[in-house]
Amino acid sequence: MAIADLANPSRFLNLANRVIPWLGGLTVIVFALAISRAMNAPDDYQQGATVKIMYLHVPGAWLGMLGWGLMTVAALGTLVWRHPLADVTAKAAAPIGAAFTFMCLVTGSLWGRPMWGTYWVWDARLTSVLVLFLLYLGVIALWRTVEEPSRAARAAAILTLVGALDLPIIKFSVDWWNTLHQPASVLRLGAPTIDPSILIPLLISALAFTLLFAVLLLAAMRNEILRRRVRTLRLLQASTTS
Amino acid sequence: MEAASHTAFIVAAYAVAGAVIGGLIAWVMLDYRAQLRRLGDFEKLGLTRRSAARPAETIERTEA
Repeated sequence: MAIADLANPSRFLNLANRVIPWLGGLTVIVFALAISRAMNAPDDYQQGATVKIMYLHVPGAWLGMLGWGLMTVAALGTLVWRHPLADVTAKAAAPIGAAFTFMCLVTGSLWGRPMWGTYWVWDARLTSVLVLFLLYLGVIALWRTVEEPSRAARAAAILTLVGALDLPIIKFSVDWWNTLHQPASVLRLGAPTIDPSILIPLLISALAFTLLFAVLLLAAMRNEILRRRVRTLRLLQASTTS
Repeated sequence: MEAASHTAFIVAAYAVAGAVIGGLIAWVMLDYRAQLRRLGDFEKLGLTRRSAARPAETIERTEA
C-alpha cells in the first residue's frame, strides 16, 4: 500500500484497526521496561532521588513540542495540499499534546519545589511552555466552537502556524536568556551531559511515551473519522425528514 | 528527613503522570465506543452513507 493511499479515510481506518492492537502491546512492554529501569536507576549526585521525576518530565516536554510540530505539518497539509487526513490529524493531536504539556508543567513544578525552593518562576523556559499549553487550549476551543469541520480546520491551521513560533523559543530560551531552568543536556550540540546510567533509562522512557503518543493519536484519528461519518449521517437524516 | 520529603514529590509526580495517561486512554476508548454506538443507531434506522459498503465492513471488523 502506497502512503498516498492512506489519504483515503476508509483505508486509513483499516490500517489503524490492524496497527493499534500491536502498537498498544509494544507500548505496554516498553513501558514496563521503562518503569523498571527508572526505578532501578541510581540517584543523581546533586538532586538525589528527585531525578526520577525527569523520566516523566522530559518525555512530557518532548511530546508536548512534538505534538505541536505534528500539528504544524498537518496545518500545512490542510492549507496547502488540502490532504483529507491533515485536519483529522491536527484535531486528534491537540488534546494529546495538551495533556503531555500539562504533565510536563506539573511534574516540572513538583521537581522544582525541592530543587529550586519554588514551584514556579516566570523564567523564559517555563513561561514559553505555559504559552504552548495555552495555545493547545486555544486550538481545542476553536475546534469546539466552529461546527463545520473544514472551516474549523482552516482557522485552527492558521492559529497552529502562528503558535509554531513558540517551539524555537522553548528550545532556545535557556540559551537566549538567563533562566532558572537548566540548559539542554540531551538534545544539544556535542554529547549529552548526563551519565549513561541515567541517560539510558531516560531514552527508554521517552521511547515508551512516544509509542503511547502514536497509539493514542491513531486511536483519536480513528474516532474523529467515525465522528465525521456520524455527522454526515445526522445531516442526511435531517435532510430526509425535512 | 529530606529524602522522605522528596519522596512525596516523586510520588505526586508519578500519580499525576498516571492520571494523565489513564485519562487519555479512557478518553479515546469511551469516544470510540460512543461513535460506534451512534453509527449503529443510524444503521438500525436504515441510514447509510452513499459509499457505505466498505465503511460498514470496517465497523464490523472493529467491533469484532
